[in-house]
Amino acid sequence: MKIRSVVDLNPGESGVINGFMDEALSLKLLEMGCLPGTEIKYNFAAPLGDPICVSVAGYNLSLRLDEAITISIQ
Amino acid sequence: MASGKIQKIALVGNPNSGKSSLFNHLTGLNQKIGNFPGVTVDKKTGFCQLTKEVRAEIIDLPGTYSIYPNSTDEKIVFDILGNRSNPLHPDAVVVIVDASNFKRNLLLFTQIRDLNIPAVLALNMMDIVEKTGHSIDADVLAERLQVPIVPMRARRGIGVDKLKEVLAGIKPNGAVRPIFDARLHCGAAIDDVKKNFQIEEDYVAYQMLQQYSINDSISDRDKLVLGEIAIKHDFKRDEVRRKETLERYAAINHVIDSAVKEDASYLPKEWTSKLDSIFTHKIWGYAIFLFILFLIFQSIFAWATVPMDFIDLTFSELSVALKDMLPAGALTNLITEGVIPGIGGIVIFIPQIAILFAFISVLEETGYMSRVVFLMDKIMRKFGLNGKSVVPLISGVACAIPAIMATRTIENWKERLITIFVTPFMSCSARLPVYTILIALIIPDEPVLGILNLQGLALMGMYLLGFLAAILSAALMKLILKTKERSFLVMELPTYKVPRWKNVGMTMFEKSKTFVFEAGKVILAISIVLWVLASYGPGDEIEMAEQRITQQYDLSQLSDVEFENKVNAYRLEHSYAGIFGKAIEPAIRPLGYDWKIGIAIITSFAAREVFVGTMATIYSIGGVEDESTIKSRMRNEINPDTGGPRYTFAAGFSLLVFYAFAMQCMSTLAIVYRETKGWKWPILQFVYMTAVAYLSALFVFQVFK
Repeated sequence: MKIRSVVDLNPGESGVINGFMDEALSLKLLEMGCLPGTEIKYNFAAPLGDPICVSVAGYNLSLRLDEAITISIQ
Repeated sequence: MASGKIQKIALVGNPNSGKSSLFNHLTGLNQKIGNFPGVTVDKKTGFCQLTKEVRAEIIDLPGTYSIYPNSTDEKIVFDILGNRSNPLHPDAVVVIVDASNFKRNLLLFTQIRDLNIPAVLALNMMDIVEKTGHSIDADVLAERLQVPIVPMRARRGIGVDKLKEVLAGIKPNGAVRPIFDARLHCGAAIDDVKKNFQIEEDYVAYQMLQQYSINDSISDRDKLVLGEIAIKHDFKRDEVRRKETLERYAAINHVIDSAVKEDASYLPKEWTSKLDSIFTHKIWGYAIFLFILFLIFQSIFAWATVPMDFIDLTFSELSVALKDMLPAGALTNLITEGVIPGIGGIVIFIPQIAILFAFISVLEETGYMSRVVFLMDKIMRKFGLNGKSVVPLISGVACAIPAIMATRTIENWKERLITIFVTPFMSCSARLPVYTILIALIIPDEPVLGILNLQGLALMGMYLLGFLAAILSAALMKLILKTKERSFLVMELPTYKVPRWKNVGMTMFEKSKTFVFEAGKVILAISIVLWVLASYGPGDEIEMAEQRITQQYDLSQLSDVEFENKVNAYRLEHSYAGIFGKAIEPAIRPLGYDWKIGIAIITSFAAREVFVGTMATIYSIGGVEDESTIKSRMRNEINPDTGGPRYTFAAGFSLLVFYAFAMQCMSTLAIVYRETKGWKWPILQFVYMTAVAYLSALFVFQVFK
């Protein structure tokens, strides 16, 4: 089965972070509080579909689609 | 700490944690902006009287989420905190933490704590925590983290006195057990680094291993040594860093379990999500953004003219008054025609800079700016820019100087550089008088489709042309520039807040001050040089001007004003500037210009708005106020080669295009020099823009001739 990532969530839907597909980016994301096992909620996308806004660790974070796709969820 | 000695205290914290509010409260107007040695980062320092006896120098370090840097700015944090021999290395650190976003904010604190510098945790935004029904037990937290904690509301200045008190009494740390024990992961490598570099702290040694390849403050020789140690002990940089972050968050969770009580019933950040549904809406989002843009334009064009006219008038009156008071001579002329107008030319930009930065500061304070970035990022990225480039590009229509200063928010150096490079293509307000007079010369004043005016359309076309040049040049640079630095948009969308007016005022003040003292020096110098070039010439032709005019004309036919104008025009023609104008004539003839336009182009390299004034002097017309006279003189100017008018459609259009693209602003070059810390980029920018201007003007003239 295809690995699900944050971009597969629907607006308003939450998932639990499983891991990361991009080494370099994951270090940054971890520091920003995107930890495996943490709930991440897809809030909404920018009008042109990219970037998107997610909620994680109690605050809002904006990610480009190519960044969000590296966060896999359970 | 012994009295008499000045303590050094560094301020660190996440972006949006209230750090600048705290800094402003601690130092008041007692601030200084300089540069960290050797890097492109602003150093904000200020003094603070902690107690009657103890005075402290406060250093505001760039906001960062982690001690691992993502941008040039953030590298400073470890450079200063990790290196005890750095002259800015502090005696103590205040880590300011947004208590309403406690977990993520604590990560940086745990890293700083492991550097083993005496630290105080400033627990900010406690009011928000209480409002949301949560509670943080500061005493338990202090015990768990082994650090003094000061709860505060930095916006209002509540808790600042307590913080000063704690700082005055702070003592050097004893041995504390690290939160993350790097020794467990790479003990042998750490020992090697400690031995080689005489470092005491495990975590500092560990960070040197982590950062040596990206940190410019470490010498090449040291980098080599560190590289060998890393290889010898098979130091797995990314893997250990990942473990570190996970361990730290585990420790933070443990601390939070005992010290923080959450009330799950509260719906957090309700306002923010409501506002976001409007501000990032498909239609409303862009409509509101456009409205705000319009408001900024309006205020910069309309509101700033009042103080600008006042400044203009004041300085010209000052010149006249001084000329009457001082004895006649070269020095007086230098002061009244070179120095005073030069200073006036700096001060006149202050209203625009202050207004622009007031808007930018309010947009940032409220959290709206990150939504603009969010809206525009996808479009801007196509051109090698960043969502954050929108603000400078828009500001560029007013003036490129504050616009380039506003690029600091762009973390990625390549994207910031491209933004700085292309911003001067945006048609700034100084081009407006040039456009107006040339369009009036070559475009008929006819209605189009009943409501629009042909001249108005042409003016709009010029603005569009500038924007296209900016965007296309950005796309070109995107292809050329290579960078190892990756572009991220992992960006916090902070909650909306009411702006802190005191901070807005501080920003206006600081930006204006920086501009006057940094760019001002160069503008003043150039103005003086230009004055000399336009006032002196080889031989005695300048002194002989009156005599020559007397010989050439029948004095009874000339009024006093006409006589003086003829004399001035004669002087200009024989000044160094005039000689240069004639010298470049062969180069500009293919564009349709003569030596008189050449002089205007040369003087315009100081600032474009000089064009109209130079034209007025060359065509020997008194005041600049009456533009129609200049226009009619220019219209009547005959091209001796063709016998027809000098300003044909082709020549006028060519000149318009030249002014749209050419880099004719010393102030902008000065600010680019300041922002890029070198002459490479301002020179490239100058050459590139002038080449684009020349070739486009050549193309236009040859096609329409």
